[in-house]
Amino acid sequence: MSASTYTPAPGAAPLPRMIVAQASFETKMLLRNGEQLLLTVIIPSLLLVLFSSIDVVDTGSGKSVDFLAPGILALAVMSTAFTGQAIATGFERRYGVLKRLGASPLPRWALMTAKTLAVLVTEVLQIALLTVIALALGWSPHGNPAAVFLLIVLGTAAFSGLGLLMAGTLKAEATLAAANLVFLLFLVAGGVIVPMDKFPGGVQSVLNLLPISALSDGLRDVLQHGASMPWGDLGILAVWAVLGLGAAARFFRWE
Amino acid sequence: MSTDPAVEVRGLVKRYGSKTAVNGLDLSVATGTVTAVLGPNGAGKTTTVETCEGYRRADAGTVRVLGLDPVADAAKLRPRIGVMLQSGGVYSGARAEEMLRHMAKLHAHPLDVDALIERLGLESCGRTAYRRLSGGQQQRLSLAMAVIGRPELVFLDEPTAGLDPQARRSTWDLVRELRTDGVTVVLTTHFMDEAEQLADDVAIFDAGRVIAQGTPEALCRGGAENTLRFTGRPGLDLGSLLKALPDGSAAAELTSGAYRITGHIDPQLLATVTSWCAQHGVMPDGIAVERHTLEDVYLELTGKELRA
Repeated sequence: MSASTYTPAPGAAPLPRMIVAQASFETKMLLRNGEQLLLTVIIPSLLLVLFSSIDVVDTGSGKSVDFLAPGILALAVMSTAFTGQAIATGFERRYGVLKRLGASPLPRWALMTAKTLAVLVTEVLQIALLTVIALALGWSPHGNPAAVFLLIVLGTAAFSGLGLLMAGTLKAEATLAAANLVFLLFLVAGGVIVPMDKFPGGVQSVLNLLPISALSDGLRDVLQHGASMPWGDLGILAVWAVLGLGAAARFFRWE
Repeated sequence: MSTDPAVEVRGLVKRYGSKTAVNGLDLSVATGTVTAVLGPNGAGKTTTVETCEGYRRADAGTVRVLGLDPVADAAKLRPRIGVMLQSGGVYSGARAEEMLRHMAKLHAHPLDVDALIERLGLESCGRTAYRRLSGGQQQRLSLAMAVIGRPELVFLDEPTAGLDPQARRSTWDLVRELRTDGVTVVLTTHFMDEAEQLADDVAIFDAGRVIAQGTPEALCRGGAENTLRFTGRPGLDLGSLLKALPDGSAAAELTSGAYRITGHIDPQLLATVTSWCAQHGVMPDGIAVERHTLEDVYLELTGKELRA
């Protein structure tokens, strides 16, 4: 390199440029990771195809895809905002990525904004793919798109808060194990593929308060039953979002 | 170039629980110089550097980096400094080149990414995921990330740990180029020769304090004493020799006919010794002056092996 190559010329890039760069980099890392794709794309797609074509679970009256598609969309949101984000962020913390970025010109809030954008971009891709598959399986969605949008945004906020709380407080390995376990438990007990009325009444009323149940039930109310605005489920998600994000902001450790 | 120090640490104290990592430390780094921080493990090197980088909040004392408070003025300071952590700092799935390209995008006037990759010999691993790079390649990528934003001041935490001799030389050359172009460099190291080769100023840390600071030459001159050895007839009258030597010198016959004089060895002292020998009909053989190396100084000051 020529003389005076390193002559100081410091300065941060403009904030919007940094956030866009960070968000696209994070998205690239997410989509490249094989395990993440298994969780976010392959498992939801397979479940949708499998349970729509074979009558494993009694999904009530009507086409089973009409019952399953909203649940699978909720699962997709959880897989990216919660499981994927928790695992990725946990390992970024462990490998000093968060620490190193902490010394870069990118402010912490901008890093978190970029992470949220990366999650939203991934969700848009997931929802597009799953919608195409569901439509091919004969899905006929109803309802208010604004309600669907609001449910997904609040669900993303709730799951992100919980995922980041886990990633910022536990060891990376513990986060990996716990995030997968929660994914599995929520898949079974959160109204994703198994209707809530299969559970005993007392258990059901507790399970209904889970963020996954609120999201899948809310999406089902709108997309399957044509509800205009499922306020109860939106309320549950909002409470989880406030609690989760609040606790994450309070307890998150960067190193 | 500003004459204010690039780094000014006064009375820094940092505790982790009941353990005091840094205990009233003073350190000053002049703008445009290379300062090497030496010390055994646990001496407080990384804690001090990370406090300057804004990662840790001082329990007591003041820290000014480029005239700024690293915690309170973090947003202003971060774009102006480059940081190489002791390890990690890269997404495990990221490729070397794309990581560097990404870091470049966070800065206003970054270096040319391709040229820097070539300069650090990373061309062959540009498309390799970080976790598959060798330790030395990971170190060089981390170094590249520290300088990509054209900072005024870089902190390098053990920049040559785990490098092969060739890569080590190339890193040394880069540090020299940074200095030539007016970048202030603070590096921690376990290698004496690295400090001797690169540093304008050396700070020796021990138990959370700076126990010596100065140019490598000044540190070798002061503190430790030097040695003059010669051989001659056994049983010389050392009392008479000592009378001729300046105060503070010592003389001993180590084995029969092997003499050692310690003290401030300068040309005058050498002349005194040889003329005393001439007066006593002694032919001194194998006269050798041993200059103390930085390593001797270090061992004397810290009482610890370097790689402890």
